[in-house]
Amino acid sequence: MNKALKNAGGASVDGRLLLSMHRTMLRIRHFEETIRRLAASGAVPGLVHLCAGQEATNVGIIAALEDRDFIASHHRGHGHCIAKGAPVEGLMAEILGKASGMCGGRSGSMHVIDMERGNLGTNGIVGGGIPLAAGAALAARARGSDDVCVCFFGDGALNQGLLHECMNMAAIWKLAVVFVCENNGYGEFTAIDDVTAGPSLPGRGEVFGIPSEMIDGMDVQAVYAAARKAVDYARAGHGPSFIICNTWRFGGHHVGDKQEYKDDEETRAWRLRDPLLRSAKALSAAGIVSEEAIAQMEQDAISEMAALADGVRNGSEPAAQTLLEHVYG
Amino acid sequence: MPQMNLAEALIDGLIWSLRADPRATIIGRGIAGHGPEHAAEDRLKQEFGSRIIDPPTSEAAVAQLGTGAAMAGARPFVHYGTAVFAYEAWNQFINEAANIHYMSNGQLSAPVTFHLFHGIRGGGGPQHSGSPYAMYANNPGLEIVLPTSPRDAKGLMRSAMASNNPTIVIQNAQLLGLTEDVPAEDYSIPFGKAVVKRDGRDVSVIACSRSVIDALEAADILEKEGLSVEVVDIRTLAPLDVDTIVASVEKTGRMVAVDETYEICGVASELIASVVTRAFSALKTQPVRVGRPMTPVPFSPPLEAAVNPGTQKIVDACRRACKR
Repeated sequence: MNKALKNAGGASVDGRLLLSMHRTMLRIRHFEETIRRLAASGAVPGLVHLCAGQEATNVGIIAALEDRDFIASHHRGHGHCIAKGAPVEGLMAEILGKASGMCGGRSGSMHVIDMERGNLGTNGIVGGGIPLAAGAALAARARGSDDVCVCFFGDGALNQGLLHECMNMAAIWKLAVVFVCENNGYGEFTAIDDVTAGPSLPGRGEVFGIPSEMIDGMDVQAVYAAARKAVDYARAGHGPSFIICNTWRFGGHHVGDKQEYKDDEETRAWRLRDPLLRSAKALSAAGIVSEEAIAQMEQDAISEMAALADGVRNGSEPAAQTLLEHVYG
Repeated sequence: MPQMNLAEALIDGLIWSLRADPRATIIGRGIAGHGPEHAAEDRLKQEFGSRIIDPPTSEAAVAQLGTGAAMAGARPFVHYGTAVFAYEAWNQFINEAANIHYMSNGQLSAPVTFHLFHGIRGGGGPQHSGSPYAMYANNPGLEIVLPTSPRDAKGLMRSAMASNNPTIVIQNAQLLGLTEDVPAEDYSIPFGKAVVKRDGRDVSVIACSRSVIDALEAADILEKEGLSVEVVDIRTLAPLDVDTIVASVEKTGRMVAVDETYEICGVASELIASVVTRAFSALKTQPVRVGRPMTPVPFSPPLEAAVNPGTQKIVDACRRACKR
């Protein structure tokens, strides 16, 4: 159970850690599947953006953090919330706008904030979390703490000026920030290659002297290894790192997006790289757990999430008289 | 006369603008939204594909590129899918585009059109439901256009693209499906001309954007109670047609100002100020203001409904103005 394992081309991680990461990825996958069903049945107000396919980047990065560390997420952020420890019932209730939601139904999917677990929030603005994470790192430094802050953003945010401004500041002030680009190939409906120049994405961090690398974001072990290095580097006071995780959004930009802009062949190829298949294979190949036990873990995740749906759906709505609460502190 | 929905009419106005002026270009995609009306954009792509570019998510830069291009002789149309995304470009709208003509002592113009979808749209939450046009109106140098019907959308878009000033065409996304007969030929509707959408005797509802549609619905309801409601659509917030507004209030003697921006320093406040400072004595009762209460727009549907200045709030306001 405790033996280190290696898979082809991947980094080695502790067997128990891989098992725990696999379980979290399963919970995210089936949380998202439950949300997809709820959205398709009309129970989710507005548009909802799912992260199925990107579980390895969510989980591999956050597994390298301590509970006290911070994250800032983006509009496809349910997986980050779960990996950071959010209660799934409260998260689901928030996504449905219920009174028992983590933000009382005020935020919805795109602005879930969970300060108890250092989650500065999912964010409805492209790149919005980047300066927040850099700010949290600045605050950590000011209070003499070595807390680390991770900001997640998509490939769309690579072309936001704020990213480059924040990388510069994080580098000159040696802030404990890990910049994590989850490159899923599309910013909304636009392919990355159509809007993103230059031969090297890591080069965008390297110009600031920031250690930068591009990794396989479908391999949770590779993601964890890169995160471990970056988090240790930040915690030791050396400053920021930049990790680009190449991954894939199994769904569209939002539930209901027909994805006419995607190539079927490309989709099939990425499906074969499903991060859950890969970690399940690594677990059984290394003899960490049996295939039956892995299947049981998946069943448990399915049951856990499906069991929540009806209760959350029938939960009470926020009372209208609370409308003006929390406008000011 | 062909029928068009509002999205198709906006696109038609844009097509006529591109036909009329080879300097006109399009920056952005999803101009007809991503809802059921999105296919309206296809006509534009077919006829003018080479004059359309799909930019990265770089809102501030795109606004300033559009402004710079306009200063250098182009006539760009810059699209932001959701109005709040243009908050990233606040400086570019306000401090650059709006000031250029004045700062250059008239040497330069910035004939750029910014196109935005605003408003409470159902589950947009605090960061996707913004209606920033009152904030834009607080800055000289910008023209602000708020179409509420397909005919107006086409003619106003045509004027926006022909204007020498930076112009914001800001459209409530929920109106894109409204359908009516629209002239097939090229035409323009001038800025600064409000329109009386419904004649009435007892109270004037002065409104813009989504609130015009809600006000017309409220007028139907109140008619059954024997109240005759006049509805005025200002159509452009800058320039504002105060003459038409005042004429309506002088006729009815009562005023309800309604709009989706915030009550404090919002459009409804300005509409009331424009009447009381010019025609105070025409008012038989105190004017009533309907806007968003001062809270971020909550995600929860019942809380969102409580924020929205919809039909029922307009009905109640008219009753108050008429002391019913």
